[in-house]
Order: sequence, then structure tokens, then C-alpha cells
Amino acid sequence: MADLDPGSLDGLVDVDRGTVSREIFVNEEIYRREQEQIFARAWLFVGHESQVPRPGDFAVSSMGEESVILCRDRAGRLHVFLNSCRHRGMKVCRYDEGNTVEFLCPYHGWSYGTDGALVGVPFGKDAYGEQLDKRRWGLIEVAQLENYKGGIWATWDASAPSFFDYLGGYKLYLDLLLDGWDGREGGTEVIGGVHKWLIPCNWKFPAENFSGDRYHGVSHRSVDMVGIGPSGQGRRDMGERNQARWLDVSFPELGHSMIAFLRPHDAPLAPAYEDAPIVADYFRRCEEERHRRRGAQWRLFGGPGTMFPNTSPLARQPRTLAVWHPRGPHQTEVWRWYLVDADAPAEVKDFLRHYYIRYSGPSGLTEQDDMENWNYAHKASRGIIARQYPYNYEMGLGRATRGFEDHGLRLPGAITDVTGATASEHNQRGFYRRWRQFMASASWKELVAP
Amino acid sequence: MSAPDLAALLVRHEVQDFLYREAELLDERRYEEWLELFTDDARYFMPMRRNVPHDEPEREFTREGLDVNWFDEGKDTLARRVQQIRTGIHWAEEPPSRICHMVSNVQILHASPTEIGVKSRFLVYRNRVETETDVLVGKREDLLRRANGSFRIARRKIVLDQSVLLAKNLTFFF
Ligand code: FES
Ligand SMILES: [Fe+2]
Repeated sequence: MADLDPGSLDGLVDVDRGTVSREIFVNEEIYRREQEQIFARAWLFVGHESQVPRPGDFAVSSMGEESVILCRDRAGRLHVFLNSCRHRGMKVCRYDEGNTVEFLCPYHGWSYGTDGALVGVPFGKDAYGEQLDKRRWGLIEVAQLENYKGGIWATWDASAPSFFDYLGGYKLYLDLLLDGWDGREGGTEVIGGVHKWLIPCNWKFPAENFSGDRYHGVSHRSVDMVGIGPSGQGRRDMGERNQARWLDVSFPELGHSMIAFLRPHDAPLAPAYEDAPIVADYFRRCEEERHRRRGAQWRLFGGPGTMFPNTSPLARQPRTLAVWHPRGPHQTEVWRWYLVDADAPAEVKDFLRHYYIRYSGPSGLTEQDDMENWNYAHKASRGIIARQYPYNYEMGLGRATRGFEDHGLRLPGAITDVTGATASEHNQRGFYRRWRQFMASASWKELVAP
Repeated sequence: MSAPDLAALLVRHEVQDFLYREAELLDERRYEEWLELFTDDARYFMPMRRNVPHDEPEREFTREGLDVNWFDEGKDTLARRVQQIRTGIHWAEEPPSRICHMVSNVQILHASPTEIGVKSRFLVYRNRVETETDVLVGKREDLLRRANGSFRIARRKIVLDQSVLLAKNLTFFF
């Protein structure tokens, strides 16, 4: 299909019946439209405040396909700039991080302050006379930026709603990642080093997998047999999950979702981290503190999720934040940040760091198998015959409820209780419902009230 | 040739032989025998690398024991990697990849009767399923201990010459 009119999207994504066409994963034209319709308009995760603690600090990141610079200016204000010179487009920064007083373009030497202002132009007076108005030729800056509990999000679209409207009721679930384990607001930091690697599949494979795929146990059976979890069994501690209600939480009108769990109101804490008494003790004290601080909400804990379009918090252990940067229809560049409580004891941080590395990313015993599956699922969907047959997303259709309540605790979102069923595709359907709206809507006006 | 020169030549020859045999074990998928080459307290470390200004080299590598790295582990985790491959359902290595280790530029950094520091270059080629191919090139720094007329690897630092990892995973060994 060369041309795409908005009407044809209905046939491609039919979440009410539970089908999604393979075209949206492999089609070049759809990919190109995603860049305009989604990545140029949505709020995207850029980086973490702790990467740029001092004035002049910068860290290069990515928004969609484009390189950006996260920078703290000399006055301490955060900015996100397009990493491209206004003169002929040269990347003004090819370092991953550092501290600077200016960004000097290596091509003809225009230079920009850490606040983005064009400050230096070689032969300025002689070559340009009075012609060049430097105030108009600073680095291109995002339209909106938000520092939420240390996470930096930005959007290119001035008409996009505020970050908090974009986040909506999902805030409660994102907080499970960003708040301290003891329930304190914020209180997390990232461990040094960002995993960056290329995977051969469309960006939506990992985004939808993290949004709520509880169904892929067979992917990970080998690591479960070998045992890398914090108590030496399986790939993670299952005690607290096994006694909880399993909730697939989606905000279809926003596109965000998370795999969540709700402890029984009357059960004691399940044992965890049995390989490491200091760690077990730390988390037990944190849970008690969280109970005091958060009351009944203490019972809620999270798992993997996706904040539309391509940011995936993993709110429990291993506690990470992944961004799936699109790199063409058939390739994704993954960036992964690893979070810990900022004032956890050193032993706890070190224990978690080891666990994160052996679980996650290209060297992680768990995720290696995810990437194999995404790779060949994508590859086997590219053919002209394969494309004619949609994927099936029927699991758990029609079982979601609004106004979920359990012993007086109300939770926001459309929720499918999968405690008995083990899994549903409720969250994935919410993701693709929003995807279709973004692709079909001409303006944020339509997107806010679809 | 003087006696010390000859002794140094012999050590390098011994170490080269050891490294070639090690590569052979890996390429023949004799992973349990390969694990035996490590001491029980072995460290296996591969940092990530950043693009940084030439005069800030200390920022280039993620730090062992502190940062997130590609690998930063002991023999226990290495052994689990081997066990996982042997389950037959570790899909990222099932069907098994075709892997070839080339080792070169072997340099002895220091040698005592008990320990030897050695630096080398590696080229690891992986091809799997149909057309999937990775070529990973870099340096290794090993600390070898003499044991039973041969060596054990007490520490291996792997420096991959990539920043963004161009392979989808690291299911194989260096
Ligand atoms: S491209 Fe930057 S100064 Fe010309
Ligand atoms: Fe997975």
C-alpha cells in the first residue's frame, strides 16, 4: 500500500474485534507517518536529571529519530535542543555527555550558549553586515519540557496538553517507578551508565510487550529453570505476586498501561530477597514505611508498562525505564536506565545492580529471549502474503471494568482482573486504540477529545 | 638469545597456546570445559563506552563494581549462562549460533611464577539462523594464575570497540 488515507486505518486496527494488521509494523509509509503524527506530537522521555546535575552539564539523547541535547544552562535551567546547527545542520554535539560553556559547530564555527542562544558567528560583522539577527537563529528547542520526579519529558508540539494532562490517571502507576520504595515522593536515582543497543524489529513490538504481555511465559522458561531471581529461584520473586490480585490496567484514551498487582488487604508480606538478608531487611522496612505513608494504596504494586508511545517503566524489580527509539520500520534503538532508591544502603544498590545486569538488556538472561522473539516475529511478518493476515488480540475482550474497587481501595483506569485467567490483551488493545487516534487525528484538539 | 629472553618467549608461547585452546572450547560449544578454565573467584567484566572529549578519558568507560555494564559478574552467573544454553529452550541460542573466536596480538604485561597479565585482541564472529551476522572486535585483558601445569583465568576485562551495541544480544562469550 503506497498511499494511506485516514479511513484505511480503521481496517488496520480494529481493537473492538481484537485484530491489528501486520502492515502497521512493516509498512514504510505508515512508519513515516508515525514520525509526524506520533513522535513529533507526543510527550517523550529524554533522560534523567541526575545525568546533568551541574550548570553546563549535557547529555545527548533522542526524540524519535532525532538527536537532541539535554542541557543544564549556566543559570541552572534545563533545556532540550535539537542537535543540529541552524547554519547547515551539522550535529553541534557528538559527545554522549560532558560539561561545556558552549556548543561549537565543527563545520563553520557557529557557537551556541548552554541556553541555546547563538553567540558566535565567524566573520559575523564582515560577512553578514547587519543582516544576521542572531536572536532568531538559536538552537531549536522543544516546545514544552517537564522534570517530573527527576525524569525529563519533552514535546515538540506547543499545542500538546501539559505533561500532567498527558499523564492523566496514569500518574499513580508511573509513581510506582519514580517514588521511593518507602512511599516517599521522588527519591529515586539512576545508576551510572545507560544501556544502548540496536534490535531488529519495529518499535511497537517492545512497546506492546511491556504494555501488558503476561502471556509470554514460554519465552522465559529457560531463565526460570536456571534461576537468577533475588531469592535464587526463577527470574524474580513470585511470593508477593502469587498472593496478589493481577490487574491489567489501561488508559485507552491516553494509550498508557501497566501490569499491576494488588496485595490482599489482610495478608502479611511475602518473603523476598532470600539470598541477601540485608536487602530483604531493607525492603521489609520500606514496605512498612510505605504502608504508614500511603495507607491502603500500599497494597498496589506495579510491573512492566508503557507510557504512550515508547517509554516503558518497569516499576517493580528489576526497576528500569526503557525507551524504544524508532530507527526505521525494521529497527529500534533501545535505551535503558536503571533506578534505585537514592538513599538505599550501598549493599542494596550493589545487589540490585547485579540483578539488573543479569536480567535485562542484551546481556540479560531474561531479555535476550524477548529480542529473539521480536526479531523473528517482525521478520516473518514482512512478506506480501504474511501482511494479509492480522495479528490476534482477542484475549480477554470485553472483560474490563471502570471504577475498580477492592475493600474500599479504588483504582483509576480501565482494569481487567486476570487473577484467574493469568493474562489478557486489554493493555495492548488500549495502546493500539490510542495509536490509531494519533495516526488519524489532524490536531491535538481532536486527540484531547476523540 | 639470552636465557631471560628465552624464558619470556616460552611464557608467551604457553599463554598463546592456552588462549587458542580456550577459543577452541568455545567454538566447539564445550562450555562446561570452558568454565573449568576460570578460578572460583573469577571476575568477568565488560564496560560500556561513551563518546567523550579526548581530554576526559576517565568518562569513557562505565566503572566496574559501580555502574551498569555489559557484564560485571563472577563464575556463578557465567555458569548460569551456560546452563541456560543447555536447556535447549534458550531461544536466543536455539538453534545454536555459529561462532568463531579469533585471538591475536598476545602481549605479556607482567609475569611472576604464579600470575601472568596478558593483553590480546579478539574478533568474535556470530552467524545464526539464516542471514543474521555480528562481528564484534576489541581487546581483552586477562589475569592468569598458574595451576596444575596450566592456567586459570582469574580476571577478564573485555573492551568492545563499540558504543551503541550493534548486536541485539550478548548470548555468547568473549
Ligand atoms: S553547519 Fe554549523 S556553522 Fe555551518
Ligand atoms: Fe519478556
